[in-house]
Amino acid sequence: MPAEIGTKLVSAKFGNEAAKTLAGYEKLGGYQVLRKALAMRPEDLVNEVKASNLRGRGGAGFATGVKWGFVPKDSPAVHLVCNADESEPGTCKDRELIYWDPHLLIEGMIISAHALRAVHNYIYIRGEMMREYAVLVRAVEEAYQRGYLGKNILGTGLECHLTVHRGAGAYICGEETALLNSLEGRRGQPRLKPPFPAIKGLFGEPTIVNNVETLMNVPIIIDKGAQWFAGLGVGRSGGTRMICVSGHVERPGVYELPIGVTFNQLINEVCGGVWKGRKVRAVIPGGTSMPPLSVDELDVPIEFDALMTDERIRPVEVRPGQLFDLGGGRQLRTMAGSGGVVVIDDHEDLVKAVWRIMKFYAHESCGQCTPCREGTGWLEKVCRRVANEQGKPDDLELLASIAHGIAGNTICALGEAAAWPMLGFLTKFRADFEAKIGKVRAA
Amino acid sequence: MSLEFSAEAQKKIAALCERYPSKKPVVLAALHLAQKEFGHLSDEALQLVGHTLDLPYAHVFGVATFYTMFRREPGGKTTIRVCTNISCMLRGGYDVLAAFESKLGLTKGQSNKDFGLVEEECIAACANAPAVVCGTKYFLDVEPAQVEEIIRYLREHPHPESEVV
Ligand SMILES: Cc1cc2nc3c(=O)[nH]c(=O)nc-3n(C[C@H](O)[C@H](O)[C@H](O)COP(=O)(O)O)c2cc1C
Ligand code: SF4
Ligand code: FES
Repeated sequence: MPAEIGTKLVSAKFGNEAAKTLAGYEKLGGYQVLRKALAMRPEDLVNEVKASNLRGRGGAGFATGVKWGFVPKDSPAVHLVCNADESEPGTCKDRELIYWDPHLLIEGMIISAHALRAVHNYIYIRGEMMREYAVLVRAVEEAYQRGYLGKNILGTGLECHLTVHRGAGAYICGEETALLNSLEGRRGQPRLKPPFPAIKGLFGEPTIVNNVETLMNVPIIIDKGAQWFAGLGVGRSGGTRMICVSGHVERPGVYELPIGVTFNQLINEVCGGVWKGRKVRAVIPGGTSMPPLSVDELDVPIEFDALMTDERIRPVEVRPGQLFDLGGGRQLRTMAGSGGVVVIDDHEDLVKAVWRIMKFYAHESCGQCTPCREGTGWLEKVCRRVANEQGKPDDLELLASIAHGIAGNTICALGEAAAWPMLGFLTKFRADFEAKIGKVRAA
Repeated sequence: MSLEFSAEAQKKIAALCERYPSKKPVVLAALHLAQKEFGHLSDEALQLVGHTLDLPYAHVFGVATFYTMFRREPGGKTTIRVCTNISCMLRGGYDVLAAFESKLGLTKGQSNKDFGLVEEECIAACANAPAVVCGTKYFLDVEPAQVEEIIRYLREHPHPESEVV
């Protein structure tokens, strides 16, 4: 049965102060699934997660069970790392999830660690999230005291350790290999892949990096069963999704929603419509690194595959008439990304909004690859002058060629994170840019 | 060596070293602790961290200068981080930043002994934009008219970032 609006799995305890303590969490049935899971064989847990159609909630939507399956079977040491670096603009779910239900994350990590045979595990939390860091440290201590973590958990003979590792300010540490470098005590710069972390990750050993929300779904899957979880979703996407809605709606918020909800439903039924009685102009569907949607594309559901393939979404172009090639002739529509939906109304200066997005990526580029380091800086500079009505006639062509030059030519996907929205806005809202340049010429 | 970690900090560092196969991963935590104890990361503080974790100075320097939360110069007691990223900008984040600048008499990036003012990137509170964070304290759905009151509150209840270190 597909989930209905109001179905809550990972956000069920939002607003319940008592549930944040171990005693409160246990009272609600917490850590019972852990007992069940520890009695299961690791490979059965992996198969259960595979069958549930759980897909990563960190950005790429990769199938979690499949990723877990990449860990070499006979490796002596494996690590599980939770990515709690949440910093993609427009995304604010992991912070709330940690704050309201830290023990669900810990229980999810212990179960997942058992599935992966991982002993030394880490939560990498963003440095600025000090309140949430304190919540997690306390919860982990409680779990150790209670014997859910330690050398011999619940008397099973299994060893499982969890350490909360705090970052210190750097968006790029959300990228999984930068995160691993940062965890190892280095500058947070992404690594060349392959090798992928599942083969050679933390301390050179196989490592699975998963998002907070991804891991919090694991106890629910083991409790209620893979078929049930898969059935809540749509197609190859199981469960529900945390959607963060910000920008020009009446009721912005962090909502857990069925995966089949469309953007129009989200804006009008869940968020009370656009503020001040205005109209939607553009929607960023999953964090600022994803190409935007225009108003006639909002009947598509917020589902991983739909956003990549639904033909109602116009593909991104490099320039009018020339499609952007994702590789192998595949078109780029958009992606569900991190669940950060930003709604922009018809009174906003879109070019200024794009400039702010480019400013972010220029600031956060780690500087390792020339196309990204230089390109993001140029994108910001040229967007700024167009936004300020000081652009030059060929600036749109220039923006497109810089973005095209970055995409596909860098070590990590921060390059695409800047290039895709740039090309996406130019494809769908070109007139806004042209009008700004027209004003220069008219002057 | 002119600087020393407090006994409490030394204990914390030693406990953290147990959690990793080597001392190197503790460098971020040790830098957070050094910033807490000495106010900022002077050359001596970096040397102390290197010495404590058996790491070359150049490595510690490279790490300390990569992350934006570490400061090489003294700063204010409470750091006010005002988000102006897209969701906050759409709902007046730049006006909030401007209000802080004028009420504090500081330009973003500057600090006095009580406050540091930082234009911050998204702090994962976008659904309550514009958002401001000071240590463990969030101010949500902020309007420029509330800025004076927020500053008054923070004067009485400082929220240094070393709170949870
Ligand atoms: C520039 C960049 C920033 C990222 N930031 C985050 C982040 O803050 N949180 C996150 O979970 N994943 C982030 N990711 C995705 C991670 O690299 C990784 O794919 C993810 O944590 C895997 O978890 P999942 O499979 O559960 O989605 C980022 C990726 C890139 C390229
Ligand atoms: S693409 Fe950008 S952020 Fe990623 S490794 Fe290269 S320079 Fe660093
Ligand atoms: S954009 Fe300001 S908190 Fe996310």
